[in-house]
Amino acid sequence: MSEHGNGHAEPTSFLRKYVFSIDHKVIGKQYLFLSLFMALFGGLMAYYMRWQLAWPETAIPGAGWIPEPMAFGGIIPPEFYNALITLHGTIMVFFVGMPLLLGALGNYLVPLMIGADDMAFPRLNMMSFWTITTASLVLMASFFVEGGAASAGWTGYAPLSADPIHTGVGWGLNLWIMALALEFTSFLMGGINFLTTVVTMRVPGMTMFRLPLMVWMQITAAVLFMLSVGPLIAGAILLLLDRTVGTGFFIPERGGDPLLWQHLFWFFGHPEVYVVLLPGLGAIMEILPVFTRRPIFGYKTIVYSTIVAGALSFLVWAHHMFVSGIDPQIVMPFSITTILISVPFAVIIFAFMASLWGGSIRFTTPMLFAIGTIVTFIIGGVTGIFNGSAPVDIFIHDTYFVVAHFHFTLFPDVFLGGFAALYFWFPKMFGKMMNETLGKVHFWWTTITFNMVFIPMFLIGAGGHMRRIYNPLQYDFLKPMQDINIFITWSAVALLVGQLVFIFNFFWSMYRGKKAEDNPWEATTLEWAAAPTPPPHGNFETVPTVYHGPYEYSCPGQETDWQPQHVEKGSVAA
Amino acid sequence: MAELAVPPGIRGRLGNGASGNMGNGDGSPYTPSPASHINKALFGLLMFIGSEIMVFSGMVSSFLILRAGTTTWPPVDQPRLPVAVTGINTLFLLLSGVAMYMAVRSIKRGQSGSLLKWLSGTVALGATFLGIQGFEWFKLVGFGMTFSSSVYGGIFYVLIGFHALHVFGAMLGLLVVVARTSAKKYTKYDCNGVMMCAAYWFFVVGVWPVIYALVYLA
Repeated sequence: MSEHGNGHAEPTSFLRKYVFSIDHKVIGKQYLFLSLFMALFGGLMAYYMRWQLAWPETAIPGAGWIPEPMAFGGIIPPEFYNALITLHGTIMVFFVGMPLLLGALGNYLVPLMIGADDMAFPRLNMMSFWTITTASLVLMASFFVEGGAASAGWTGYAPLSADPIHTGVGWGLNLWIMALALEFTSFLMGGINFLTTVVTMRVPGMTMFRLPLMVWMQITAAVLFMLSVGPLIAGAILLLLDRTVGTGFFIPERGGDPLLWQHLFWFFGHPEVYVVLLPGLGAIMEILPVFTRRPIFGYKTIVYSTIVAGALSFLVWAHHMFVSGIDPQIVMPFSITTILISVPFAVIIFAFMASLWGGSIRFTTPMLFAIGTIVTFIIGGVTGIFNGSAPVDIFIHDTYFVVAHFHFTLFPDVFLGGFAALYFWFPKMFGKMMNETLGKVHFWWTTITFNMVFIPMFLIGAGGHMRRIYNPLQYDFLKPMQDINIFITWSAVALLVGQLVFIFNFFWSMYRGKKAEDNPWEATTLEWAAAPTPPPHGNFETVPTVYHGPYEYSCPGQETDWQPQHVEKGSVAA
Repeated sequence: MAELAVPPGIRGRLGNGASGNMGNGDGSPYTPSPASHINKALFGLLMFIGSEIMVFSGMVSSFLILRAGTTTWPPVDQPRLPVAVTGINTLFLLLSGVAMYMAVRSIKRGQSGSLLKWLSGTVALGATFLGIQGFEWFKLVGFGMTFSSSVYGGIFYVLIGFHALHVFGAMLGLLVVVARTSAKKYTKYDCNGVMMCAAYWFFVVGVWPVIYALVYLA
């Protein structure tokens, strides 16, 4: 009970300062590096898969190092391909998306934005980071056990996952379950911490409706996660027992029900995509007002829409199961709720567009990425309506149309939104500005090649190209589309190679970049306007008092066109 | 607001004790935050209980779905559950909840002697509950109902065992609180440990009747 976020002394030893730190800023950066590191693996796996799809069963350049029996001289067998699709999905959602958007951005920004000196439970915060690090190690270790890594897809559908006889994977899948369990534990700790911090540690004047929207998105995501993950934890326990002690909860021959796993998985899985989505949108919501120099359109509308979408997200899960053999009578209600959930998100997107309208837009790198996120996310959102309507879904289910759809939602959110956030908050985090020219090159390269990868996937998906197949040339009707597959693969290579620009810019700027001022973007929220760059231990020199909302730009009668939250109107900004 | 002097006693009453507020940590004046009276640790625990309730919901739903998917429940070759004994056991657990309630009432009135008495009662009733559960499990295993004998047995042991594990975990926390109570660590104004322990105990007690009704009675 001695855990509280105030006044813990500044650590002096290297270990306590950078490794086992309880400072939310250090922990945020640790999450950032973990997620970027895991993203390299996720990207590498995508490359191996794409090569296999374009030129099946040929030696993959750069895969020669993979030991047998995973690959044979750079040629990957079907078992390893299945492990790749499984781990690519698992890593990108749970070990990149969540640690980047919730772990890194949430930890770094939430206390700063509400004026607190740290999180409510700093030690719990440290534990949550080391728990997900352990989870990452367990996950990567699963490649090296007998039978290889989990290969039942990132959704781990039973009975494929419930009995080793189907995939030949033994401990690999057990470790996969354990890695997920650790990851969930980590984010449960994080969610409790975020909520307690926001509820109890706001500075005077920081009412709930004066919170920067990023904070709203983080706490809504935390609530969604904490309420949805329970059933999947229950499911994971049952699945592990099926695999280890011989129960048969998901195995039909032993009286079990494989659909039960799908229900438990997707009851979590659908809210989970909003858990990842909301903080990404939150970053956009912070960036838009700063670079349009006007308040965000419809603050409360956005908050209420988010809450409505969050509540609805608990009622849509069976739309993932339209072809799984569920009662047709429950298909239509889920179709309706699914299409309904696009309404609050459409409201949010329209609020974004209205925020751009009439603004004095500054086309900086973060702003470009923010606009890029919105534009590409719209494609992802609109194609979701196709998937949501059962009659269409029966045709496109398990095709590349679905793959294209969810990459068009998650890629803009995690990567484009994540890059927007990194270019935006990098100066605060590391005290240096990132290079703008390289940033713009990175933006155009990434956005264009991303679309070159995934727009063709809609086409081949509509043409019936199944997802999760090892060798498309085995099917005569897919052969005419092989040229598109090759085009997608080259585009994917270009997309991945283009990220070197970011990696270079990131590390080069950290050491050689132009020194950042306290508030280089002329923003109003506390982390920019009230905290020094980079913020010291304890964040603020004096505890700020908040006088108004977070987006007071271009107020008439003021000296500057931004009015920091902790400076009363009429007085001169410090 | 900065010169607001808060006596230690009142601060304790506000929740987290002197440390629960947006202090600056360097001895500068105490600055209250809008919601600093909310007890952080207890709030965090309640959030955790909320997620735990969802884990239980997942398990109970799994139980209901598995039962709905089976034509004969319980299967003909599997033993019936001890409804009456477990019903009495349910009463023991509910009584432990009452004892815990009395414990909280005692410390709110500053009676730490009576706190110890009621806490010990809670421990005794909780232990009785676990003991009877364990005894019944022994008998069920003897009748051939095991984890892997059928989905019926498996989900029974998972669900009831998961709850028993929670009671056991709560008992461990409870024993720490008992030890701290006999060491006179709690006062009327500083009884955070008791409150947190009580919140968790009410949770494990409160979730049980639902499980009993669905698994044993329905």
